Amino acid sequence: MAEPALSIRGLTKVYGNGFQALKGIDLDVAEGDFFALLGPNGAGKSTTLGVVSSLVQKSAGRVSIFGIDIDRDFARAKYHLGVVPQEFNFNQFEKVLDIVLAQAGYYGMSRRQALPRAEELLRDLGLWDKRNGSARMLSGGMKRRLMIARALMHRPKLLILDEPTAGVDIELRRSMWEYMRRINREEGTTIILTTHYLEEAESLCRNVAIINHGEIIRNTSVRDLLMELDTETFLLDLAHPVEAAPEVEGFELSQPEPAQLAVVVHRGQRLNDVFEALSARGIQVVSMRNRANRLEEMFVSMVEQGNQALDRAAEDKGKDKEARA
Amino acid sequence: MNPRQIAIALWTLVVKEIKRFTRIWPQTLLPPSITMTMYFIIFGNLIGSRIGEMDGYSYMDFIVPGLIMMAVITNSYSNVASSFFSNKFQRSVEEMMVSPMPSWVILSGFVLGGMARGLGVGLIVTIVSLFFTRLEVAHPVLTLLVVVMTAALFAIGGFINALLGKKFDDISIVPTFILTPLTYLGGVFYSISLLPAFWQGVSMLNPILYMVNVFRYGFLGVSDIPVGWALAAILAFIAVLFTIALRMLERGQGIRS
Repeated sequence: MAEPALSIRGLTKVYGNGFQALKGIDLDVAEGDFFALLGPNGAGKSTTLGVVSSLVQKSAGRVSIFGIDIDRDFARAKYHLGVVPQEFNFNQFEKVLDIVLAQAGYYGMSRRQALPRAEELLRDLGLWDKRNGSARMLSGGMKRRLMIARALMHRPKLLILDEPTAGVDIELRRSMWEYMRRINREEGTTIILTTHYLEEAESLCRNVAIINHGEIIRNTSVRDLLMELDTETFLLDLAHPVEAAPEVEGFELSQPEPAQLAVVVHRGQRLNDVFEALSARGIQVVSMRNRANRLEEMFVSMVEQGNQALDRAAEDKGKDKEARA
Repeated sequence: MNPRQIAIALWTLVVKEIKRFTRIWPQTLLPPSITMTMYFIIFGNLIGSRIGEMDGYSYMDFIVPGLIMMAVITNSYSNVASSFFSNKFQRSVEEMMVSPMPSWVILSGFVLGGMARGLGVGLIVTIVSLFFTRLEVAHPVLTLLVVVMTAALFAIGGFINALLGKKFDDISIVPTFILTPLTYLGGVFYSISLLPAFWQGVSMLNPILYMVNVFRYGFLGVSDIPVGWALAAILAFIAVLFTIALRMLERGQGIRS
C-alpha cells in the first residue's frame, strides 16, 4: 500500500506560555487527495501545518511526509512539500521573478532549470507581465498567486495552502479554484487546504478533518459528512409578497422578507409537498436556494457542540473545586 | 542536498544578499564613503598635520588602515544584522526554513553577503584614501587575510544580533553602544603606547584592537601586539561565534515558535 502523503501521529504542541495548541492529533492524507482542514480561529490548523512545514517546533508526536519521518530526514521530506502560508512572507521590495527564482535556488535548482518553470507558473497564474515589478506593487490577489507560484517551483508532490483565497474577490477565487483543481487532477499533486470559506472546501475537497481546541473532532469524506445533515433550510423567492408565512403540515415556514419564505426540510421530507401546498394557495415560487452553505451548517453545529462540551467540563471542574473547598 | 545543489543554494543566497545592498546603495555604500572622507579630511589632513608622527608614520598614514578596518567592521555587522532581521520581520526567512537548505548554508549565505558589503565598503574607503596619501602595503597576503577574517567575524556577530533581536531597536543597540566605542578605543586613531600602563592593559581586552593592529601591520609593518597571536585569536572567535550562531539557527531561536 502506498505511503500516505502526510501521516501525523500523536502530534502535540505546547507553546512557551503553556497554551496547548495541539492535543495529540492523528491524521492521514492519502496521495492525490484534495483535503480540507477546517476549524475556527485558534483551533490548531495553522499550528499543525506549521509543524509539517518546519515553522513550528512540535512538543511530541510523529510526522511523515510520503513515508519520510521529519525527525529523521526533514531535508528530504521538504523536497516533496510546497507551502503557501496565510500571511504574505516574501520580501516586498524584490522583483516577482527574483522571488520565485530564489526559491528554486534554495531547492538546488539552477537558474537554467528554474527560468522555464518560473515562466510557466507565472503565465498560468497571470503574473508574467508583472515579473519585473516589485512585489509590493501587486494587488492582494496577485500576492497570493505569487506565493502559489513560489511554492510550486520545485514541483512538490504535497501542496499546503493555508487560507489561500482569504481576501480575494469572487472571480479570482474561482480562477484559483480551477487552477488548484487542475494541478490536483493533472499533476496528481496532493493538496491540503485550510479555509474559512466552507463553500470552497465543499466545492474542492474530497476529504475533510475538522479540528477544534487542538483535537480532531471529525475526519471523513465531504460526501459522508453532508449525508449526515438532518435538516436544510431553503429560501424561496416569491413572485408576489404574501401577508404571512402559510402553514404547511409537517414543515416549519417563516417569512424573512415580504416576498420570501424560509422552509426547514428534515431528512426524509419531500420539498415537492411544500411546492404543492404553496401552489394550491396561489403562491408562485420564482427561485430557490440554500440559506447557508450545507457544510457550513454542519461545521457550525459540530463546533458549537464541542464548545458546549468544553463549557460543561469547565463548569463541572468548578463545581468539584467548590465541593472540595 | 547533494554538493551541487548546496552550491546553488549558497550562491542564490549570496547573490540575493549582494543584490539587496547594491539596490539600496544610497543607504549602504554611499554614507560610509562620505563619513570616511570626512575623517580623512578632518583628522588626517587638518588636525593630523598638527599631530605629527605616530609610531614613526604620518598621522594620515597611521589612521588609514584603522579607518578601512572600521568601515569593514561596521558594514559587515550591520549588513547581516539588518538584512536577516528584516527577513525575520517580513517573515521571508520562512522561504529558507521550508526549503531543504541546511542551516549552515543559510548562515554562510548571510555571512558571505555581509562580508561582501564590508569588503566592498573597505575597498571604496581604500580608493578614497588614495586621494589623501600614497598607500603602500608591506604584507599584502596578511592584510587581505586579516580583513577577510575580520569581515567574517563581524558578519557572524550581526547574524547573532539579528536572531536575538525582537524589534528594530535591538539591532542598533549593539553597533551604537558596543561596536562603535570598541572600534574608537581599538587604536584606530592612536597607538596604545600613548596610554598609561593601566589603560594599555585594559585596551588589550578589546578584540578590535588586535584586528586593527594586525591590519595596520599588514600596511605599515608596525603593530602594538604580536601578529601571530592576534590571528589565532580572530580565528578562535570566528569558530566560537559560528558554532553559537549555527546552534541558535538550528534550534530556531527567534524564528520558530
